[in-house]
Amino acid sequence: MDLNTIWFLLVGVLIAGYAILDGFDLGAGVLHLFTRDERERRVMMNAIGPVWDGNEVWLLTAGGALFAAFPPVYASVFSGFYLAFMLLLVALIFRAISFEFRSKVDSPGWRRCWDVAFGVGSAVPALLYGVAVGNVLRGLDMDASGVTTTLVGLLNPFALLIGLLGVAMFVLHGATYLGLKTDGALQDRMRHWASAAWVAFIALYAVSTVASYAVAPYLFENWFSNPLTWVFFAVLLASCVAGPAAVRASRFGRGFVASAAATLSIIALAAEGMYPRLVPARPDVANSLTIYNASSTPRTLTVMLVIALVGMPLVILYTVLIYRAFRGKTVLTADSY
Amino acid sequence: MDVVLLSRIQFALTVGFHFLFPPLTIGLAWLLVVIEWRGWRRGDPTWVRMGRFFGKILALTFAVGVATGVVMEFEFGTNWAAYSKFVGDIFGAPLAAEGVLAFFLESGFLGLYLFGRGRISKGAHWFSILMVAIGATISAFWILVANSWQQTPAGYVVQNGRAELTSFSAAVFNPSMLPRFFHTMDAALIAGAFVVAGVAAYLVRRNHEDELARRALSLAIVFGLVTSLVELFPSGHLHARQVAHTQPEKFAAIEGLYSSQSAAPMVLFAYPVTPPPELKAKVEIRGLLSWMAFGSINAPIRGITAFPPENRPPLWLTFVSFHNMVVLGLYFIAAMAWGAWQLHRRRLWESRRYLMLLIFSIPLPLAACQLGWMAAEVGRQPWIVYGLLRTSDAVSKNVPAGDVLFSLVLFGLLYLLLGALYVYLLVREIRHGPPGPEPVPA
Repeated sequence: MDLNTIWFLLVGVLIAGYAILDGFDLGAGVLHLFTRDERERRVMMNAIGPVWDGNEVWLLTAGGALFAAFPPVYASVFSGFYLAFMLLLVALIFRAISFEFRSKVDSPGWRRCWDVAFGVGSAVPALLYGVAVGNVLRGLDMDASGVTTTLVGLLNPFALLIGLLGVAMFVLHGATYLGLKTDGALQDRMRHWASAAWVAFIALYAVSTVASYAVAPYLFENWFSNPLTWVFFAVLLASCVAGPAAVRASRFGRGFVASAAATLSIIALAAEGMYPRLVPARPDVANSLTIYNASSTPRTLTVMLVIALVGMPLVILYTVLIYRAFRGKTVLTADSY
Repeated sequence: MDVVLLSRIQFALTVGFHFLFPPLTIGLAWLLVVIEWRGWRRGDPTWVRMGRFFGKILALTFAVGVATGVVMEFEFGTNWAAYSKFVGDIFGAPLAAEGVLAFFLESGFLGLYLFGRGRISKGAHWFSILMVAIGATISAFWILVANSWQQTPAGYVVQNGRAELTSFSAAVFNPSMLPRFFHTMDAALIAGAFVVAGVAAYLVRRNHEDELARRALSLAIVFGLVTSLVELFPSGHLHARQVAHTQPEKFAAIEGLYSSQSAAPMVLFAYPVTPPPELKAKVEIRGLLSWMAFGSINAPIRGITAFPPENRPPLWLTFVSFHNMVVLGLYFIAAMAWGAWQLHRRRLWESRRYLMLLIFSIPLPLAACQLGWMAAEVGRQPWIVYGLLRTSDAVSKNVPAGDVLFSLVLFGLLYLLLGALYVYLLVREIRHGPPGPEPVPA
């Protein structure tokens, strides 16, 4: 395996890590919009309170790694999605501050404002990530100056479909996580949400796969030629069978593993379909940015690999330890938000 | 409007606003390492309550720092695509390293620090604030590596239309890296000391018997005096010397040296006007600048007119920001020295006017940070990478000016709201005061 492929994998791992970890935060944020009770809202926020910030770091690191390993991709995609990106950043800012700000003033009006900020600040990214992935899979209009798609152009039917798939995935994952962290009536509702979201997720995934045959046929060339497809697909299938069953039986630990595995496998499938392209170009896919024509020098990729190999095992080690410290049902204390 | 200008204003706004929070976070985190250590090792409830109180201020500050920091990670790509393509091979690595080696550490352990009390042992709780402080410091290191490389690029070769890495260690430890890191880190510690001192001064004024406030004030004054002195010498002196050697145009601009001369004067006060570049109402000490920068009072130094006009940074802003930073730096030493003297004479708690001064001094180190940053960044102009790439050639060519104007207005309004809310909540938290004594566990 060459360095470029290793970095394709590592950026993929960071994106998948983000989708799995911050994915349940975003899902919890969306679900927070559908709860009226103050105590329940606080339980939901505090279920992710101690960990969401560390989870968001996966996004920052993925951004940094993309910049370091594939600068033209970082530059073209981010500038090409300019307005969508600004919208995303504003949403993430509102989500980030709503935790601290909401709890500081004990007034219903103040808290309602921050509830909306938190919910919308989670829902907008949950939708936009899928829209971005949909557009990249579909291919971006490119000329010498970079990506030239407009904001309206980004909101095409295929991208919106993938956006909805993303929302279903995050809600599913968030509801399962909250099932793990809550009990009583709230847990019951999370079970219902998770079950419904599994149905939506499976249906949307099926439609998206059919649609991608029309929109991005190049994906299928890789899928049919690479045996890894069947591994990922088997994992996805197993999750889609085991996940809903686990949720129905209130076994949220298993359900969480299943929704995480489903998230991982659909990202792996998308990445496998794209490889070695990073930004497929429209109308001519031959103009695509790939891991070879858009990479940093081997020296930089090597240095970065050393940093990743030293740093990431440590990160995973203490992340596991931190999650262990917060295991069990969420309890509201004097330190809570 | 011009897309370059709009992008520059947006970057200045977003980075300037963001940069209010990390210095506070770093300074407070290190002070909390001391406070929590005493709370843990001495088992003294006063230190424990102090930790809780300042921990809340840290959490609020950290939240806004994180929220505004996300923007920075992506803004190079959105607004400075040409720059990102040119420097990506070198500049991306420290950003990624900051994520892997620092952000995970500080964010993960901050959650544990804020919410882990009672879930983990007291030692592990102290360890978590230590990791937050170390993480924040490593973060500062890597982002300053990236910034310093823009100022004094090293370890690269320009080929294939971009800067390519030839030596990672030379790129990381480029000529301005270490002086900038120590100067900025120490500035952060001063910012932390003034916040703790100001808040404690407020509490002492409210109740001068308050043991928690007295201890916090003593700690902050000692900490603030040492860090303020170090900021001037050796840190500030070494950083200025480095600028004189590596970026002579910037040095001439910040010091107000407009014509080349030997025995160059240190300008203490002046008002710069252009054109031609000239200082009005000048107060100066002859030969001092030559002596400080090059070790001899007769050493010749190039003035700004020795450089072609297209390579000169803006003169007014660099001179004014740099000199005001120095004035503030001297004030910090004086303020903390006076406090230490009053503490020594055991008259600190009754010095109500001085305590009021400390309260109003809370934002001043942050102002000094902004001014220093302005001198450093505006002084780098017209280059985005000194000597290699001009700022005007660095923007995203596919983003229309209207889009940038829209996002600029959006961030302007959002940050106005954010800043107002932060100050409102901070003042509320401080007025509320430290938590009462902990209930004895049954």
